[in-house]
Amino acid sequence: MFWNTLLLALREIRRNVMRSFLTVLGIVIGVASVITMVTLGKGATQQVATSIASMGSNLLMVTPGRRMGPGAASSAPAFKVEDGEAIAREIGSAALVVPVASRSMAAINGHENSSTTVTGSTNDLLALRSMTLHSGRTFSDSESRAGAAVCVIGQTVRDKLFGSQDPVNSRIRLGALSFQVIGLLESKGQNSMGMDQDDIVLLPLRTFQRRISGNQDVSMLQVQIREGESTEKAQRDIRLLMRSRRRLAPSEDDNFNVMDTKEITRMLTGTTTMLTGLLGAVAAVSLLVGGIGIMNIMLVSVTERTREVGTRLAIGALEREVLMQFLVEAVVLSSSGGLFGILLGLGASLGLKNMLMVPFIFDPTIVMIAFVFSAAVGVVFGYFPALKAARLDPIEALRHE
Amino acid sequence: MVAPTQENSAPLIELRGVTKVYGVGQAAMQALAGIDLRIDEGDFVAIMGHSGSGKSTCLNILGCLDSPTSGSYLFRGVEVSHLTRDQRARLRRFYLGFVFQGYNLLKRTSAIENVELPLIYRGVPARERHQIARRALASVGLEGWESHNPNELSGGQQQRVAIARAIITGPSVLMADEPTGNLDTARSEEIMQLLCQLNREQGITVVMVTHEADMAAYAKRIVHFKDGRIESDVQNGRNH
Repeated sequence: MFWNTLLLALREIRRNVMRSFLTVLGIVIGVASVITMVTLGKGATQQVATSIASMGSNLLMVTPGRRMGPGAASSAPAFKVEDGEAIAREIGSAALVVPVASRSMAAINGHENSSTTVTGSTNDLLALRSMTLHSGRTFSDSESRAGAAVCVIGQTVRDKLFGSQDPVNSRIRLGALSFQVIGLLESKGQNSMGMDQDDIVLLPLRTFQRRISGNQDVSMLQVQIREGESTEKAQRDIRLLMRSRRRLAPSEDDNFNVMDTKEITRMLTGTTTMLTGLLGAVAAVSLLVGGIGIMNIMLVSVTERTREVGTRLAIGALEREVLMQFLVEAVVLSSSGGLFGILLGLGASLGLKNMLMVPFIFDPTIVMIAFVFSAAVGVVFGYFPALKAARLDPIEALRHE
Repeated sequence: MVAPTQENSAPLIELRGVTKVYGVGQAAMQALAGIDLRIDEGDFVAIMGHSGSGKSTCLNILGCLDSPTSGSYLFRGVEVSHLTRDQRARLRRFYLGFVFQGYNLLKRTSAIENVELPLIYRGVPARERHQIARRALASVGLEGWESHNPNELSGGQQQRVAIARAIITGPSVLMADEPTGNLDTARSEEIMQLLCQLNREQGITVVMVTHEADMAAYAKRIVHFKDGRIESDVQNGRNH
């Protein structure tokens, strides 16, 4: 019985190949866009996650600010260098504590200038980010202590300001001040979030605070935990330490965050995931529109085939057999459209992955969901036309012109 | 005229006091005003009459496409006037074959696929279905035309396909509604000869509605309808 119905439906689709294709075009496009959006979105999310994971699981970031709720900025004072020193002193498992302060500004050499990120930190930042020197040297202790006007630059800054010349011992200008270039970093290329890691001018923290920002603030403390020590415990200890240093009453919420890489991942991928969901939802609407297209054509088809339905009924087709035939026809149409859309979407994702520099992640769940959903669209939007066909009066239907 | 009922064996078809009223109240229209008709196995009955005489309504009721408003319809002694829609569909599927004036073949579908359609509803396996359909087409003289679509066939050939479709299930009765209405005289005569042959050789009972006396002349028995009643019911003297 089922196979026969399928056979009848397939014959019907074969009789109208062109129209069948146009009918399912909406579904094809809808499914293809859902698959493309979600596949690329997943790729982007995974890319962010991988890049954060590459920082190592033993990294903690301490930043000022409330996690959520009102009144974040003003009531959350920045950290000071002393906070970092306190962590290094009090938390036994901390291997490295690197204070970081940064700002976007223009670096100038003669007529060349380049907008870049100026970061004030210590030599330890290089170890933490596994960056190495290409030529020159890093900051001496006396330079760090004194806040000398020296800097280490990345390859991108060098390319823009010096071309292929050796920048070491040249001078660049940041704002109104002149700095001596003492070192050039080895190129690291883009990180997978698309940020150029070579677009950097590194200053000793004290230099940054005195000459650039004009305050004692540190925007972030990065803490590397010793191998084999518990990150969770360190996270807890740092939190308690910071609470006491910031003199928070027990009833007060934290006005800072101590995040491990997992939390950072969650925070950053949260945005991508939300965006993926949003784009997916927009694409799903087009699926719905595709469904309405199917209903429209099926209704036309029922009217056009009234005599045929009459003939089938006269021959002895039962009401539910006619219903099933039209329903199966709609479902076969919509699910083959879904299948086609899935292939198209996967193909588009493969084609776009290089352009968008996003890895291709095949997600069987979304493929299944898209397929089931497109079949369901056929059932929902095919039912009414099918019922209309099945309820036809055979005598009237046979007389229909 | 009342056809007497034989007590020993039930006739194939028996209508008793069948009426059919369309619409209700003021708009009510009586299409059949009390029909008594008996058709025996192997008969070839032509139903004649002007349009509005009730002949088509009668054929619809005989073909179980419609139910009478009142009266009784016995098919092989079984009351079928109050069957449900699906029950009537099953009865048509297993006992009746239909031939229409407009052929009613499925468009863009080959002759053989058209012919095997009733077997699909009967659930006959594909291989067997094909063989039977091939034989049915051959028996109406369309050997070699199996893969042609209706638009590649002449009217007469299309009606032959339709007849093959109607007889493929080996029905007890063939209901033909103006089967020659769309055909020229030569084609019409061919179709009528085919119907006679099926009636004679395969013993299929034929009930045919027509308004052409020439065509009715092929039947063994001619029933005239007028204003929803049977006006005359005569055996046809013409030799088959």
